[in-house]
Amino acid sequence: MILVRRPSAAFWLVFPAMLLIGVFFVLPIVASLLLSFTDFDLYALARWDHLRLIGLENYRHLLNDPLFFRALTNTFYFVALGAPLSVSASLLTALLINQRMVRGQGFFRTVFFLPVVTTLVAVAVVWRYLYHPRSGLLNYVLSLLGIEPIDWLGDPDWAMPSLIIMAVWKNFGFNMVNFIAGLKSIPRRLYEAAEVDGAGAFEQFRSITLPLLAPTFVFVGIVTLIGYFQLFAEPYVMTQGGPSGRTLSIALLMFEEGFRWWNLGYAAAISFVLFLIILSGTFIQMLVRRR
Amino acid sequence: MAQRLTNPLLRLRRGRLVAFLAGILGFLGCSSEPQDTPLSFWVLGGEGAAVHHLVEAFQQETPDVRVVIQQIPWSAAHEKLLTAYAGDAMPDVFEVGNTWVPEFEALGAVEPLMLSATEKEDFFSGILDSSSVHGRLMAMPWYIDTRLLFYRRDLLSSAGFEAPPTTWSEWLLMMETLRDRNAGPFKALIAPLSEWQLPVILGMQSGASLLDAEGCFGRFQAASFRAAFHFYIELYEKGLAALMGDAQMTSLYQDFAGGRIAFYVTGPWNLGEFHRRLPPSLEGVWATAVMPGPTGPGASLAGGSSLAVSSSSSQKEKALALVEFMARPQSLLTLYQATGDLPPKRSVWSDPLLLASPPLKAFRRQLDGVMATPKVPEWEQIASKIVLYAERSARHEMTEEEALLGLDREVDRLLSKRRWLLSGACDQGRAP
Repeated sequence: MILVRRPSAAFWLVFPAMLLIGVFFVLPIVASLLLSFTDFDLYALARWDHLRLIGLENYRHLLNDPLFFRALTNTFYFVALGAPLSVSASLLTALLINQRMVRGQGFFRTVFFLPVVTTLVAVAVVWRYLYHPRSGLLNYVLSLLGIEPIDWLGDPDWAMPSLIIMAVWKNFGFNMVNFIAGLKSIPRRLYEAAEVDGAGAFEQFRSITLPLLAPTFVFVGIVTLIGYFQLFAEPYVMTQGGPSGRTLSIALLMFEEGFRWWNLGYAAAISFVLFLIILSGTFIQMLVRRR
Repeated sequence: MAQRLTNPLLRLRRGRLVAFLAGILGFLGCSSEPQDTPLSFWVLGGEGAAVHHLVEAFQQETPDVRVVIQQIPWSAAHEKLLTAYAGDAMPDVFEVGNTWVPEFEALGAVEPLMLSATEKEDFFSGILDSSSVHGRLMAMPWYIDTRLLFYRRDLLSSAGFEAPPTTWSEWLLMMETLRDRNAGPFKALIAPLSEWQLPVILGMQSGASLLDAEGCFGRFQAASFRAAFHFYIELYEKGLAALMGDAQMTSLYQDFAGGRIAFYVTGPWNLGEFHRRLPPSLEGVWATAVMPGPTGPGASLAGGSSLAVSSSSSQKEKALALVEFMARPQSLLTLYQATGDLPPKRSVWSDPLLLASPPLKAFRRQLDGVMATPKVPEWEQIASKIVLYAERSARHEMTEEEALLGLDREVDRLLSKRRWLLSGACDQGRAP
C-alpha cells in the first residue's frame, strides 16, 4: 500500500540505476533501431536533407550482402566451436584445481586467470610470433612431430581455428573461476555419502557435481555465448578480418561499416540483427535449462 | 525509514547537479574568450619530429601564431578525421591522404586553395590533379606516394636479364624464369593481397576508367580492366606472387636480403626501410624501376598526402599561411631530409641531395606518369571491395568473371546514394 501512495525507499534506491540503464542502454537500442530505418551516411553527415527514410531497405540489403553472410557464418563457426571448447576447458581445469590433493590451488588459479586480465593487443603480438609460419614456436613443435608447417593466420581454412585457440586460451580462466566457486559450494557431505554408498569417481561426478553445477552452467553458458557472439578484438588485431574475409565477424563488419565508412544506417541494421541473435540464443538456453 | 533514506540521496543529487551546471558555465566562459587560440594541426604517421622542426621555423617567421601539433597514426586517421567532423571538432589544418580528398570535399569540410600559375606548373600534374575536385585544388600536395618496382639486380642478372622489365610480357618472362631457377620458399614477386593498389595500377595502365565518366556506375567488367585483372590473377595462378596479406609479411626484409624475393611493388617509404634494414653489402644490389606497362613503361598511382584547411576553422588566414609555409621548396627539402618523404614539386627534385640517390631516379621518371583514382567520395570503400574480390579470385573462391560481376554489383550499390544526389547527371542509366 505504501508503494502505491508514495515512492518508497526501494524506488529511490533503484531509480538512479534504472535511469542510467534507460539513458545508456534502452535509449541507444531504440535510437539504433530507428537509425536502421534510414540511410544515414557521409552525405547525411554533411547535410541533413540528404537523409532518407528507407524503411526495411537496409535489412533487405543485408539479405543480399555476401559479406554479411560470410560474417554470419564466421561468427556462428566461432561460437559453435569456441564456446563449448572454452566451457569444457574451464570445467576441466576447475575440476583439476579443485582436487583436494592439489597443492598451491591459489597459484594455479592465478596463473590460469592471468590471460583474462592481460590486454588483448599484447596477447595478440605474442601469439602472432607463436603462429609465424616459418619461425613460430607452434610450427617448430609440429616439425619435431614430423608435421608440415601450417600458415596459421594466412591460410583461409586455418585462420578462424587459430583465433579460436587463442580466444579459448585467453578466456577460459574467467569461467574456470566461476566453476571453482560452483564446485566449492557443493557440500562435501554429499560426496562422503556417495562414497559410503559405493559410488565411484565418475558416478559421483555424474550424479552430484554436474546437477549441482547446473546454475553455474546457465550463467557460464549465457555469458560465454554473449561474449563469443560479439567477437571483435581478436580478428581486428590479428587478421583485420582476412584472409579473404574468413575471420570477419558480425561485430567487425558493423564497426567497419559504421566507423570506417560511416554507413551508420546500415551498421545499425547489422547491430540490431546481432542483438536479436544474442537475445534468441539467451532465451533458448534459459528454456533448455528450465526443462 | 523511507524519509531518512531519501533525503541524503536527494541532497547528494542536487549537489551534483549544481556542480555540473557550474562546470558547464565555466566551460562556456572559457570557450567564448577570443584571441590567442592556437592553430591546431593534425599530422599523420611518422612525420612528427620533422614537423615539429618545421613548425618552429614557421613560428619564428610569424611570432603571433601558436601552433599545436597532434600526431595521429595512419591506421586510425580516416576514422578519426570523420569522427572529428561529425563531432564538430576539426583541427584548423590537417593532413589527408590524397584519395580521401573527394570525401572531405563532399562533406564540405575543406577550404579550396588558390595557386599562382607558376606554382601550379612546379607541381607534378598528376599529383596536383589527385588533390583537386571539379578542377578546384582542395588540399596542398605535401609528399608523394607512388608505387613502383623494387628488385634484386643480382637475381635478375644471374638469370640473364641485365635490365629491369619495361613491359608486362618481359616482366612475366623474368618472373617465370626466376621461379623455375629457384626452389624452396622463393617467390618472384611480393604483392600483398590486402592492397588494392596493384590491380588498380594495372587496370589504369591498360586504359580502364574503373567507373563511368560521372562516377555513377562501376566499369570493372570493361575489356580493359578484365585484361589487367587476368594478368593480376595469373601472378598468383602461376605461383609467381605469394598468396598472402599484409599480416603475413613479418619477415619481408630478411626474405629480401636472403634472395628469396626478386620483385616487390611498393612505395617510397620503403626506400628508408631498405637502407636501414638490409645489410650494407646489398646497397646497389637492390634497385628501383618504373612500373612495367602493357606495351612499355607504365603509369602508376598519384598517391600521397596533402595539407588541408578546415572550412570550420575560425582562423583561416593563419591556417593558409601555415599550409603555404609547409609547401615551400625549402620545407619540402627539410621534410625529405628528415623522413625520406618525396616532394611533389619539380624544383625540389633538382636539388643535389635528391639527384645523388640512385633509387630515386626511377621515382622521378615514374612521377611524370602518375594518375589519380576516380574522384568519388566512395573511393575508399570501392577500393576495399576490389581487395575482397581480387583476393577471392586469387584464392580460387570464385572465377575472374564472377569476381568482376560481383565487384560491379557491389560498386553500383555503393554509388546508389551518389546517383540519387546527382540524379540529372546519371540519367543515361547503365550503358553496355
